[in-house]
Amino acid sequence: MIISIASGKGGTGKTTVATNMAVSLGGDVQLLDCDVEEPNAHLFIHPEINEVKIITTPVPEVDMEKCNLCGKCGEICQFKAIVVIGKTVLPFPEMCHSCGGCMEVCPEKAITETGRELGVIERGSRNGLEFVHGKLRVGEAMSPPLIRKVREYARPDALTIIDAPPGTSCPVITSMKGTDFVLLVTEPTPFGLYDLKLAVGAVKILDIPCGLVINRSDMGDDKVKIYAEKENLPILMEIPFDRKIAEAYSRGEMIVDVMPEWKEKFLELYHQIEEMSFHKNH
Amino acid sequence: MKELVVISGKGGTGKTSLLAAFASVAKGKALCDADVDAADLHLIMDPRIKERHDFESGHEAAINQDMCTQCGLCRELCRWNAISEDFNVDPIVCEGCGVCYYFCPEKAIEFPLKNCGEWYLSETRFGPMAHARLGIAEENSGKLVTLIRKEGKKLAEKENLGLLLTDGPPGIGCPVIASLGGATATLIVAEPTVSGRHDMERVVELAAFFKVPAMVCINKYDLNPDMGQAIEVFARERNVTVMGRIPFDPVFTKAMVQGKTIFEFDDRSDGSKAVKGIWEKLEKDLKIS
Repeated sequence: MIISIASGKGGTGKTTVATNMAVSLGGDVQLLDCDVEEPNAHLFIHPEINEVKIITTPVPEVDMEKCNLCGKCGEICQFKAIVVIGKTVLPFPEMCHSCGGCMEVCPEKAITETGRELGVIERGSRNGLEFVHGKLRVGEAMSPPLIRKVREYARPDALTIIDAPPGTSCPVITSMKGTDFVLLVTEPTPFGLYDLKLAVGAVKILDIPCGLVINRSDMGDDKVKIYAEKENLPILMEIPFDRKIAEAYSRGEMIVDVMPEWKEKFLELYHQIEEMSFHKNH
Repeated sequence: MKELVVISGKGGTGKTSLLAAFASVAKGKALCDADVDAADLHLIMDPRIKERHDFESGHEAAINQDMCTQCGLCRELCRWNAISEDFNVDPIVCEGCGVCYYFCPEKAIEFPLKNCGEWYLSETRFGPMAHARLGIAEENSGKLVTLIRKEGKKLAEKENLGLLLTDGPPGIGCPVIASLGGATATLIVAEPTVSGRHDMERVVELAAFFKVPAMVCINKYDLNPDMGQAIEVFARERNVTVMGRIPFDPVFTKAMVQGKTIFEFDDRSDGSKAVKGIWEKLEKDLKIS
Protein backbone atom coordinates (compact mmCIF):
# COMPACT_ATOMS: atom_id res chain seq x y z
CA MET A 1 0.00 0.00 0.00
CA ILE A 2 1.16 3.53 -0.75
CA ILE A 3 -0.01 6.43 1.41
CA SER A 4 0.82 9.90 0.17
CA ILE A 5 0.82 12.86 2.50
CA ALA A 6 -0.02 16.18 0.89
CA SER A 7 -1.46 19.55 1.86
CA GLY A 8 -1.96 22.34 -0.65
CA LYS A 9 -0.61 24.96 1.71
CA GLY A 10 3.00 24.63 2.78
CA GLY A 11 4.15 24.36 6.37
CA THR A 12 1.03 22.63 7.68
CA GLY A 13 2.90 19.59 9.00
CA LYS A 14 3.18 17.04 6.16
CA THR A 15 6.68 16.04 7.15
CA THR A 16 5.72 15.84 10.83
CA VAL A 17 2.89 13.42 10.06
CA ALA A 18 4.90 11.41 7.51
CA THR A 19 7.94 10.92 9.73
CA ASN A 20 6.05 10.23 12.95
CA MET A 21 3.76 7.74 11.27
CA ALA A 22 6.68 6.03 9.53
CA VAL A 23 8.68 5.49 12.73
CA SER A 24 5.60 4.46 14.73
CA LEU A 25 4.86 1.54 12.42
CA GLY A 26 6.87 -1.63 12.63
CA GLY A 27 7.50 -4.07 9.81
CA ASP A 28 8.44 -3.44 6.21
CA VAL A 29 7.96 0.31 5.90
CA GLN A 30 9.59 2.77 3.54
CA LEU A 31 9.46 6.55 3.60
CA LEU A 32 9.92 8.32 0.26
CA ASP A 33 10.44 12.08 0.51
CA CYS A 34 9.10 13.42 -2.80
CA ASP A 35 9.39 17.07 -1.81
CA VAL A 36 12.57 17.16 -3.86
CA GLU A 37 12.74 20.97 -3.95
CA GLU A 38 12.94 21.21 -0.20
CA PRO A 39 13.27 17.70 1.27
CA ASN A 40 13.11 17.77 5.07
CA ALA A 41 12.20 14.29 6.30
CA HIS A 42 15.87 13.27 6.66
CA LEU A 43 16.34 16.03 9.23
CA PHE A 44 14.01 14.11 11.56
CA ILE A 45 14.72 10.51 10.53
CA HIS A 46 18.53 10.91 10.52
CA PRO A 47 18.96 7.96 8.17
CA GLU A 48 22.29 6.34 7.54
CA ILE A 49 22.71 6.96 3.81
CA ASN A 50 24.29 4.05 1.97
CA GLU A 51 23.48 4.84 -1.65
CA VAL A 52 23.81 8.11 -3.55
CA LYS A 53 22.84 8.30 -7.20
CA ILE A 54 23.08 11.24 -9.57
CA ILE A 55 19.89 11.42 -11.61
CA THR A 56 19.88 12.84 -15.11
CA THR A 57 17.28 13.38 -17.76
CA PRO A 58 18.03 12.90 -21.47
CA VAL A 59 18.62 16.06 -23.54
CA PRO A 60 19.71 16.34 -27.18
CA GLU A 61 23.22 16.63 -28.47
CA VAL A 62 23.70 17.47 -32.16
CA ASP A 63 26.42 16.13 -34.41
CA MET A 64 26.96 19.11 -36.75
CA GLU A 65 28.86 16.90 -39.22
CA LYS A 66 25.64 15.01 -39.91
CA CYS A 67 23.15 17.88 -39.52
CA ASN A 68 21.82 19.42 -42.75
CA LEU A 69 20.03 22.29 -40.98
CA CYS A 70 16.58 21.10 -42.11
CA GLY A 71 15.00 22.55 -38.94
CA LYS A 72 12.63 19.66 -38.21
CA CYS A 73 13.94 19.39 -34.63
CA GLY A 74 13.01 22.96 -33.86
CA GLU A 75 9.64 22.43 -35.48
CA ILE A 76 8.61 19.43 -33.36
CA CYS A 77 9.93 20.82 -30.07
CA GLN A 78 7.06 22.29 -28.03
CA PHE A 79 9.39 23.74 -25.43
CA LYS A 80 11.71 25.90 -27.56
CA ALA A 81 14.57 23.71 -26.38
CA ILE A 82 16.26 23.33 -29.76
CA VAL A 83 16.54 25.91 -32.55
CA VAL A 84 18.33 26.26 -35.82
CA ILE A 85 20.12 29.60 -35.93
CA GLY A 86 22.06 30.39 -39.06
CA LYS A 87 24.43 27.53 -39.75
CA THR A 88 24.15 25.86 -36.39
CA VAL A 89 21.68 24.08 -34.11
CA LEU A 90 21.39 25.35 -30.58
CA PRO A 91 19.95 23.06 -27.94
CA PHE A 92 18.78 24.71 -24.70
CA PRO A 93 19.09 21.73 -22.36
CA GLU A 94 17.50 23.51 -19.37
CA MET A 95 14.25 23.95 -21.36
CA CYS A 96 14.14 20.34 -22.58
CA HIS A 97 11.38 18.03 -21.33
CA SER A 98 13.17 14.90 -22.61
CA CYS A 99 10.42 13.79 -24.98
CA GLY A 100 12.90 12.51 -27.55
CA GLY A 101 10.94 14.10 -30.41
CA CYS A 102 13.90 15.89 -31.98
CA MET A 103 15.98 12.74 -32.04
CA GLU A 104 13.11 10.76 -33.53
CA VAL A 105 12.33 13.30 -36.23
CA CYS A 106 15.90 13.99 -37.38
CA PRO A 107 16.22 12.50 -40.89
CA GLU A 108 20.03 12.55 -40.70
CA LYS A 109 20.22 10.77 -37.34
CA ALA A 110 22.36 13.68 -36.19
CA ILE A 111 20.84 13.87 -32.71
CA THR A 112 21.81 11.67 -29.80
CA GLU A 113 21.04 12.12 -26.14
CA THR A 114 23.21 13.18 -23.27
CA GLY A 115 22.14 13.88 -19.70
CA ARG A 116 21.16 17.00 -17.77
CA GLU A 117 21.61 16.58 -14.04
CA LEU A 118 18.32 16.84 -12.16
CA GLY A 119 19.74 16.16 -8.73
CA VAL A 120 20.54 13.19 -6.54
CA ILE A 121 18.63 10.37 -4.90
CA GLU A 122 19.87 9.18 -1.53
CA ARG A 123 18.80 5.96 0.07
CA GLY A 124 19.39 4.73 3.57
CA SER A 125 17.71 3.43 6.69
CA ARG A 126 17.12 3.96 10.35
CA ASN A 127 16.03 1.21 12.74
CA GLY A 128 14.67 -0.92 9.92
CA LEU A 129 12.79 1.94 8.24
CA GLU A 130 13.86 2.29 4.62
CA PHE A 131 14.41 5.90 3.60
CA VAL A 132 14.69 7.44 0.12
CA HIS A 133 14.67 11.07 -0.94
CA GLY A 134 15.45 13.17 -3.97
CA LYS A 135 17.29 16.48 -3.84
CA LEU A 136 16.71 18.75 -6.80
CA ARG A 137 19.86 20.48 -8.03
CA VAL A 138 19.71 24.18 -7.17
CA GLY A 139 18.93 25.98 -10.44
CA GLU A 140 17.06 23.01 -11.94
CA ALA A 141 13.46 23.97 -12.74
CA MET A 142 11.79 20.61 -13.30
CA SER A 143 11.05 18.49 -10.28
CA PRO A 144 8.52 15.91 -11.66
CA PRO A 145 11.11 13.72 -13.46
CA LEU A 146 13.13 13.45 -10.24
CA ILE A 147 9.97 12.73 -8.23
CA ARG A 148 9.12 9.90 -10.65
CA LYS A 149 12.58 8.43 -10.05
CA VAL A 150 12.10 8.57 -6.27
CA ARG A 151 8.76 6.80 -6.66
CA GLU A 152 10.43 3.97 -8.55
CA TYR A 153 11.87 2.92 -5.20
CA ALA A 154 8.41 1.96 -3.92
CA ARG A 155 8.28 -1.81 -3.39
CA PRO A 156 4.87 -3.46 -3.87
CA ASP A 157 5.35 -5.72 -0.85
CA ALA A 158 6.16 -2.85 1.52
CA LEU A 159 4.07 -0.16 3.14
CA THR A 160 5.19 3.04 1.42
CA ILE A 161 4.70 6.51 2.88
CA ILE A 162 5.23 9.44 0.51
CA ASP A 163 5.94 12.94 1.79
CA ALA A 164 4.63 15.14 -1.05
CA PRO A 165 5.51 18.77 -1.88
CA PRO A 166 3.06 21.63 -1.22
CA GLY A 167 0.81 23.08 -3.93
CA THR A 168 -1.62 21.48 -6.38
CA SER A 169 0.31 21.44 -9.66
CA CYS A 170 2.49 18.88 -11.42
CA PRO A 171 4.98 18.06 -8.62
CA VAL A 172 2.12 17.23 -6.23
CA ILE A 173 0.17 15.28 -8.84
CA THR A 174 3.31 13.30 -9.71
CA SER A 175 3.71 12.46 -6.01
CA MET A 176 0.08 11.45 -5.39
CA LYS A 177 -0.96 9.75 -8.63
CA GLY A 178 -1.43 6.02 -8.29
CA THR A 179 -1.18 6.00 -4.50
CA ASP A 180 -3.83 4.13 -2.50
CA PHE A 181 -4.67 6.86 -0.02
CA VAL A 182 -3.99 10.58 0.34
CA LEU A 183 -3.69 12.04 3.79
CA LEU A 184 -4.20 15.79 3.61
CA VAL A 185 -2.59 17.78 6.40
CA THR A 186 -4.19 21.17 6.96
CA GLU A 187 -4.52 23.94 9.50
CA PRO A 188 -7.76 25.64 10.58
CA THR A 189 -7.04 29.03 9.01
CA PRO A 190 -8.39 30.79 5.91
CA PHE A 191 -5.16 30.01 3.99
CA GLY A 192 -5.25 26.41 5.19
CA LEU A 193 -8.87 25.99 4.13
CA TYR A 194 -8.52 27.64 0.74
CA ASP A 195 -5.51 25.53 -0.19
CA LEU A 196 -7.15 22.42 1.25
CA LYS A 197 -10.07 22.88 -1.14
CA LEU A 198 -7.62 23.00 -4.05
CA ALA A 199 -5.85 19.87 -2.79
CA VAL A 200 -9.18 18.05 -2.39
CA GLY A 201 -9.98 19.04 -5.99
CA ALA A 202 -6.72 17.44 -7.13
CA VAL A 203 -7.37 14.27 -5.12
CA LYS A 204 -10.84 14.03 -6.67
CA ILE A 205 -9.42 14.28 -10.19
CA LEU A 206 -7.11 11.40 -9.32
CA ASP A 207 -9.98 9.51 -7.65
CA ILE A 208 -8.08 8.45 -4.54
CA PRO A 209 -9.70 8.02 -1.10
CA CYS A 210 -8.54 10.67 1.34
CA GLY A 211 -8.75 11.86 4.91
CA LEU A 212 -7.62 14.86 6.92
CA VAL A 213 -5.21 15.66 9.69
CA ILE A 214 -5.81 19.05 11.28
CA ASN A 215 -2.62 20.44 12.73
CA ARG A 216 -2.53 23.27 15.30
CA SER A 217 -6.22 22.40 15.52
CA ASP A 218 -6.99 24.93 18.26
CA MET A 219 -5.42 27.99 16.62
CA GLY A 220 -7.72 29.39 13.95
CA ASP A 221 -11.43 28.97 13.37
CA ASP A 222 -13.87 26.09 12.79
CA LYS A 223 -14.38 26.51 9.05
CA VAL A 224 -12.13 23.57 8.08
CA LYS A 225 -14.30 21.28 10.21
CA ILE A 226 -17.50 22.63 8.71
CA TYR A 227 -16.07 22.12 5.23
CA ALA A 228 -14.88 18.59 6.07
CA GLU A 229 -18.31 17.63 7.31
CA LYS A 230 -20.04 19.08 4.27
CA GLU A 231 -17.66 17.29 1.90
CA ASN A 232 -17.73 14.03 3.87
CA LEU A 233 -14.01 14.15 4.48
CA PRO A 234 -13.11 12.16 7.58
CA ILE A 235 -10.93 13.96 10.12
CA LEU A 236 -8.52 11.22 11.14
CA MET A 237 -6.38 13.13 13.60
CA GLU A 238 -6.11 16.50 15.30
CA ILE A 239 -2.85 17.83 16.65
CA PRO A 240 -3.40 20.80 18.98
CA PHE A 241 -0.84 23.58 19.07
CA ASP A 242 1.71 22.77 21.72
CA ARG A 243 4.81 24.89 22.10
CA LYS A 244 6.64 21.75 23.24
CA ILE A 245 5.88 20.10 19.87
CA ALA A 246 6.88 23.24 17.95
CA GLU A 247 10.17 23.57 19.83
CA ALA A 248 10.97 19.87 19.46
CA TYR A 249 10.28 20.19 15.73
CA SER A 250 12.61 23.18 15.53
CA ARG A 251 15.43 21.00 16.87
CA GLY A 252 14.73 18.11 14.50
CA GLU A 253 13.02 15.92 17.10
CA MET A 254 9.90 13.94 16.43
CA ILE A 255 6.69 14.14 18.43
CA VAL A 256 6.84 10.41 19.23
CA ASP A 257 10.32 10.86 20.71
CA VAL A 258 9.47 13.74 23.04
CA MET A 259 5.90 12.62 23.80
CA PRO A 260 5.84 8.81 23.42
CA GLU A 261 2.09 8.71 24.06
CA TRP A 262 1.66 9.98 20.49
CA LYS A 263 2.99 6.75 19.02
CA GLU A 264 -0.33 5.07 19.75
CA LYS A 265 -2.19 7.91 18.00
CA PHE A 266 -0.09 7.62 14.85
CA LEU A 267 -0.65 3.86 14.84
CA GLU A 268 -4.38 4.47 15.17
CA LEU A 269 -4.15 6.97 12.30
CA TYR A 270 -2.59 4.28 10.14
CA HIS A 271 -5.23 1.71 11.10
CA GLN A 272 -7.99 4.09 10.06
CA ILE A 273 -6.31 4.61 6.71
CA GLU A 274 -5.86 0.87 6.25
CA GLU A 275 -9.53 0.31 6.92
CA MET A 276 -10.68 3.09 4.58
CA SER A 277 -8.55 1.92 1.66
CA PHE A 278 -9.62 -1.68 2.34
CA HIS A 279 -13.28 -0.68 2.00
CA LYS A 280 -12.53 1.22 -1.17
CA ASN A 281 -10.86 -1.81 -2.75
CA HIS A 282 -13.26 -4.55 -1.62
CA MET B 1 10.33 50.45 -11.07
CA LYS B 2 11.46 48.20 -8.25
CA GLU B 3 10.16 44.76 -7.46
CA LEU B 4 10.51 43.01 -4.13
CA VAL B 5 9.75 39.28 -4.23
CA VAL B 6 9.00 37.49 -0.97
CA ILE B 7 10.00 33.82 -0.97
CA SER B 8 10.87 31.25 1.68
CA GLY B 9 11.98 27.86 0.40
CA LYS B 10 9.92 26.14 3.08
CA GLY B 11 6.19 26.71 2.92
CA GLY B 12 4.13 28.21 5.71
CA THR B 13 6.77 30.50 7.17
CA GLY B 14 4.61 33.60 6.80
CA LYS B 15 5.35 34.99 3.31
CA THR B 16 1.80 36.06 2.55
CA SER B 17 1.03 37.54 5.99
CA LEU B 18 4.21 39.56 5.77
CA LEU B 19 3.61 40.74 2.23
CA ALA B 20 0.06 41.77 3.13
CA ALA B 21 1.42 43.76 6.07
CA PHE B 22 3.94 45.51 3.82
CA ALA B 23 1.16 46.25 1.34
CA SER B 24 -0.82 48.07 4.01
CA VAL B 25 2.02 50.50 4.81
CA ALA B 26 3.99 50.83 1.56
CA LYS B 27 3.35 53.97 -0.44
CA GLY B 28 2.73 53.89 -4.17
CA LYS B 29 2.81 50.20 -4.98
CA ALA B 30 1.08 47.48 -6.94
CA LEU B 31 0.67 43.91 -5.70
CA CYS B 32 1.29 40.61 -7.38
CA ASP B 33 0.52 37.09 -6.17
CA ALA B 34 2.99 34.80 -7.93
CA ASP B 35 2.14 31.73 -5.84
CA VAL B 36 -0.23 30.70 -8.58
CA ASP B 37 -0.89 27.12 -7.57
CA ALA B 38 -1.91 27.93 -3.98
CA ALA B 39 -2.60 31.64 -4.12
CA ASP B 40 -3.71 33.09 -0.77
CA LEU B 41 -2.98 36.82 -0.91
CA HIS B 42 -6.50 37.56 -2.19
CA LEU B 43 -7.91 36.19 1.09
CA ILE B 44 -6.49 39.24 2.86
CA MET B 45 -6.67 41.73 -0.02
CA ASP B 46 -10.27 41.00 -0.98
CA PRO B 47 -9.72 42.16 -4.56
CA ARG B 48 -12.48 43.53 -6.78
CA ILE B 49 -11.77 41.81 -10.06
CA LYS B 50 -11.83 44.26 -12.97
CA GLU B 51 -10.42 42.03 -15.70
CA ARG B 52 -10.50 38.28 -16.05
CA HIS B 53 -8.43 36.41 -18.64
CA ASP B 54 -7.99 32.77 -19.59
CA PHE B 55 -4.51 31.37 -19.26
CA GLU B 56 -3.87 29.17 -22.25
CA SER B 57 -0.57 27.44 -22.37
CA GLY B 58 0.77 24.28 -23.88
CA HIS B 59 -1.14 21.60 -25.71
CA GLU B 60 -2.68 18.29 -24.87
CA ALA B 61 -3.02 15.23 -27.10
CA ALA B 62 -6.36 13.53 -27.74
CA ILE B 63 -6.90 10.51 -29.98
CA ASN B 64 -9.77 10.48 -32.42
CA GLN B 65 -11.00 6.88 -32.05
CA ASP B 66 -12.72 6.88 -35.46
CA MET B 67 -9.45 7.49 -37.27
CA CYS B 68 -7.13 5.49 -35.01
CA THR B 69 -6.00 2.13 -36.44
CA GLN B 70 -4.33 1.15 -33.16
CA CYS B 71 -0.97 0.71 -34.85
CA GLY B 72 0.70 1.42 -31.51
CA LEU B 73 3.35 3.85 -32.72
CA CYS B 74 2.18 6.58 -30.33
CA ARG B 75 2.40 4.25 -27.34
CA GLU B 76 5.89 3.27 -28.40
CA LEU B 77 7.07 6.86 -28.75
CA CYS B 78 5.38 8.35 -25.66
CA ARG B 79 7.95 8.56 -22.91
CA TRP B 80 5.34 9.24 -20.23
CA ASN B 81 3.18 6.16 -20.82
CA ALA B 82 0.30 8.58 -21.17
CA ILE B 83 -1.53 6.45 -23.75
CA SER B 84 -3.51 3.47 -22.50
CA GLU B 85 -3.77 0.05 -24.14
CA ASP B 86 -7.14 1.06 -25.59
CA PHE B 87 -5.61 4.24 -27.01
CA ASN B 88 -6.84 6.94 -24.71
CA VAL B 89 -4.60 9.76 -23.57
CA ASP B 90 -4.47 10.37 -19.82
CA PRO B 91 -4.55 14.19 -19.72
CA ILE B 92 -2.92 14.24 -16.29
CA VAL B 93 0.09 12.32 -17.51
CA CYS B 94 0.36 13.93 -20.98
CA GLU B 95 3.38 16.23 -21.05
CA GLY B 96 2.19 18.11 -24.14
CA CYS B 97 5.29 17.24 -26.16
CA GLY B 98 3.32 16.53 -29.33
CA VAL B 99 5.45 13.58 -30.41
CA CYS B 100 2.42 11.28 -30.84
CA TYR B 101 0.57 13.98 -32.77
CA TYR B 102 3.53 14.58 -35.07
CA PHE B 103 4.19 10.95 -35.91
CA CYS B 104 0.68 9.45 -36.06
CA PRO B 105 0.49 7.95 -39.59
CA GLU B 106 -3.33 8.29 -39.62
CA LYS B 107 -3.34 11.91 -38.39
CA ALA B 108 -5.75 10.62 -35.76
CA ILE B 109 -4.36 12.70 -32.92
CA GLU B 110 -5.54 16.18 -32.12
CA PHE B 111 -3.34 18.55 -30.20
CA PRO B 112 -5.40 21.54 -29.05
CA LEU B 113 -4.22 24.42 -26.93
CA LYS B 114 -4.97 23.88 -23.27
CA ASN B 115 -6.69 26.16 -20.80
CA CYS B 116 -4.56 26.00 -17.66
CA GLY B 117 -6.24 28.60 -15.45
CA GLU B 118 -7.20 32.24 -15.18
CA TRP B 119 -5.51 35.49 -14.32
CA TYR B 120 -7.00 38.69 -12.98
CA LEU B 121 -6.38 42.39 -12.73
CA SER B 122 -8.01 43.79 -9.63
CA GLU B 123 -8.36 46.75 -7.34
CA THR B 124 -7.79 46.40 -3.60
CA ARG B 125 -7.90 48.74 -0.61
CA PHE B 126 -4.11 48.94 -0.89
CA GLY B 127 -3.78 49.46 -4.62
CA PRO B 128 -3.97 47.48 -7.86
CA MET B 129 -3.22 43.78 -7.84
CA ALA B 130 -2.40 41.12 -10.43
CA HIS B 131 -3.19 37.56 -9.45
CA ALA B 132 -3.98 34.20 -10.96
CA ARG B 133 -5.38 30.77 -10.41
CA LEU B 134 -3.63 27.84 -12.01
CA GLY B 135 -6.13 25.10 -12.85
CA ILE B 136 -5.98 22.20 -10.42
CA ALA B 137 -3.46 19.58 -11.51
CA GLU B 138 -2.28 21.82 -14.35
CA GLU B 139 1.18 22.48 -15.65
CA ASN B 140 3.01 25.57 -16.82
CA SER B 141 3.00 27.30 -13.45
CA GLY B 142 6.31 28.94 -14.33
CA LYS B 143 4.81 30.55 -17.44
CA LEU B 144 1.84 31.83 -15.46
CA VAL B 145 4.20 33.28 -12.86
CA THR B 146 6.15 35.09 -15.57
CA LEU B 147 2.92 36.38 -17.09
CA ILE B 148 1.42 37.60 -13.82
CA ARG B 149 4.61 39.43 -12.82
CA LYS B 150 4.64 41.15 -16.19
CA GLU B 151 1.01 42.17 -15.72
CA GLY B 152 1.80 43.40 -12.20
CA LYS B 153 4.54 45.63 -13.57
CA LYS B 154 2.20 46.99 -16.23
CA LEU B 155 -0.35 47.83 -13.53
CA ALA B 156 2.26 49.70 -11.55
CA GLU B 157 3.55 51.56 -14.60
CA LYS B 158 0.07 52.57 -15.67
CA GLU B 159 -0.56 54.28 -12.35
CA ASN B 160 2.97 55.57 -11.99
CA LEU B 161 3.73 53.45 -8.96
CA GLY B 162 7.38 52.85 -8.19
CA LEU B 163 7.11 49.49 -6.47
CA LEU B 164 5.76 46.02 -7.12
CA LEU B 165 5.35 43.73 -4.10
CA THR B 166 5.31 40.12 -5.24
CA ASP B 167 4.28 37.14 -3.12
CA GLY B 168 6.33 34.17 -4.31
CA PRO B 169 5.77 30.42 -4.14
CA PRO B 170 7.55 27.94 -1.84
CA GLY B 171 10.27 25.59 -3.06
CA ILE B 172 13.17 26.16 -5.45
CA GLY B 173 11.72 24.77 -8.70
CA CYS B 174 10.21 26.26 -11.82
CA PRO B 175 7.66 28.71 -10.32
CA VAL B 176 10.26 30.07 -7.88
CA ILE B 177 12.83 30.49 -10.63
CA ALA B 178 10.17 32.30 -12.66
CA SER B 179 9.46 34.56 -9.65
CA LEU B 180 13.06 35.62 -9.20
CA GLY B 181 14.31 36.51 -12.67
CA GLY B 182 14.90 40.24 -12.97
CA ALA B 183 13.64 41.11 -9.47
CA THR B 184 15.27 44.06 -7.68
CA ALA B 185 15.65 42.02 -4.51
CA THR B 186 14.15 39.06 -2.70
CA LEU B 187 13.21 38.82 0.94
CA ILE B 188 13.49 35.29 2.29
CA VAL B 189 11.19 34.54 5.22
CA ALA B 190 12.87 31.85 7.29
CA GLU B 191 11.85 30.08 10.46
CA PRO B 192 14.27 28.92 13.16
CA THR B 193 13.82 25.18 12.71
CA VAL B 194 16.08 22.51 11.23
CA SER B 195 13.91 22.38 8.15
CA GLY B 196 13.57 26.18 7.97
CA ARG B 197 17.33 26.49 8.01
CA HIS B 198 17.88 23.71 5.47
CA ASP B 199 15.33 25.20 3.05
CA MET B 200 16.57 28.75 3.53
CA GLU B 201 20.11 27.68 2.65
CA ARG B 202 18.90 26.17 -0.61
CA VAL B 203 16.86 29.21 -1.56
CA VAL B 204 19.79 31.54 -0.74
CA GLU B 205 21.85 29.45 -3.13
CA LEU B 206 19.10 29.77 -5.74
CA ALA B 207 18.96 33.56 -5.43
CA ALA B 208 22.74 33.69 -5.81
CA PHE B 209 22.51 31.39 -8.86
CA PHE B 210 20.16 33.88 -10.53
CA LYS B 211 22.09 36.88 -9.16
CA VAL B 212 19.15 38.38 -7.29
CA PRO B 213 20.20 40.29 -4.12
CA ALA B 214 18.77 38.47 -1.11
CA MET B 215 17.68 39.55 2.35
CA VAL B 216 16.40 37.40 5.16
CA CYS B 217 14.14 37.83 8.15
CA ILE B 218 13.29 35.17 10.71
CA ASN B 219 9.73 34.57 11.77
CA LYS B 220 8.82 32.89 15.10
CA TYR B 221 12.37 33.72 16.21
CA ASP B 222 11.85 32.83 19.88
CA LEU B 223 10.83 29.27 19.02
CA ASN B 224 14.52 28.44 18.81
CA PRO B 225 16.85 31.45 19.22
CA ASP B 226 20.00 29.34 18.73
CA MET B 227 18.73 28.16 15.36
CA GLY B 228 17.71 31.74 14.54
CA GLN B 229 21.22 32.92 15.23
CA ALA B 230 22.71 30.12 13.16
CA ILE B 231 20.55 31.24 10.23
CA GLU B 232 21.71 34.83 10.64
CA VAL B 233 25.35 33.75 10.75
CA PHE B 234 24.87 31.72 7.57
CA ALA B 235 23.13 34.69 5.93
CA ARG B 236 25.97 37.10 6.73
CA GLU B 237 28.55 34.64 5.41
CA ARG B 238 26.66 34.66 2.11
CA ASN B 239 26.23 38.43 1.95
CA VAL B 240 22.53 38.12 2.61
CA THR B 241 21.29 41.14 4.57
CA VAL B 242 19.67 40.24 7.87
CA MET B 243 16.50 42.35 8.10
CA GLY B 244 15.14 41.43 11.50
CA ARG B 245 13.48 38.99 13.86
CA ILE B 246 9.76 38.46 14.32
CA PRO B 247 8.56 36.82 17.53
CA PHE B 248 6.04 34.01 17.55
CA ASP B 249 2.76 35.94 17.80
CA PRO B 250 -0.82 34.63 17.48
CA VAL B 251 -1.67 38.00 15.90
CA PHE B 252 -0.76 36.49 12.51
CA THR B 253 -3.44 33.80 12.73
CA LYS B 254 -6.00 36.10 14.35
CA ALA B 255 -5.58 38.76 11.67
CA MET B 256 -5.79 36.15 8.89
CA VAL B 257 -9.02 34.71 10.30
CA GLN B 258 -10.56 38.18 9.99
CA GLY B 259 -9.13 38.81 6.53
CA LYS B 260 -6.98 41.66 7.82
CA THR B 261 -3.30 42.50 7.75
CA ILE B 262 -1.56 42.35 11.13
CA PHE B 263 -1.33 46.16 11.16
CA GLU B 264 -5.04 46.50 10.58
CA PHE B 265 -5.77 43.94 13.27
CA ASP B 266 -3.42 45.22 15.99
CA ASP B 267 -0.54 47.47 15.09
CA ARG B 268 0.81 47.47 18.63
CA SER B 269 1.35 43.72 18.95
CA ASP B 270 4.94 42.48 19.22
CA GLY B 271 4.64 40.84 15.81
CA SER B 272 3.42 44.06 14.19
CA LYS B 273 6.20 46.12 15.75
CA ALA B 274 8.83 43.71 14.47
CA VAL B 275 7.36 43.67 10.96
CA LYS B 276 7.20 47.49 10.99
CA GLY B 277 10.91 47.56 11.79
CA ILE B 278 11.66 45.21 8.92
CA TRP B 279 9.60 47.30 6.52
CA GLU B 280 11.40 50.50 7.52
CA LYS B 281 14.75 48.84 6.91
CA LEU B 282 13.50 47.55 3.56
CA GLU B 283 12.41 51.03 2.52
CA LYS B 284 15.83 52.36 3.37
CA ASP B 285 17.84 49.54 1.81
CA LEU B 286 15.80 49.47 -1.40
CA LYS B 287 15.56 53.27 -1.48
CA ILE B 288 11.80 53.19 -1.79
CA SER B 289 9.46 55.63 -0.03
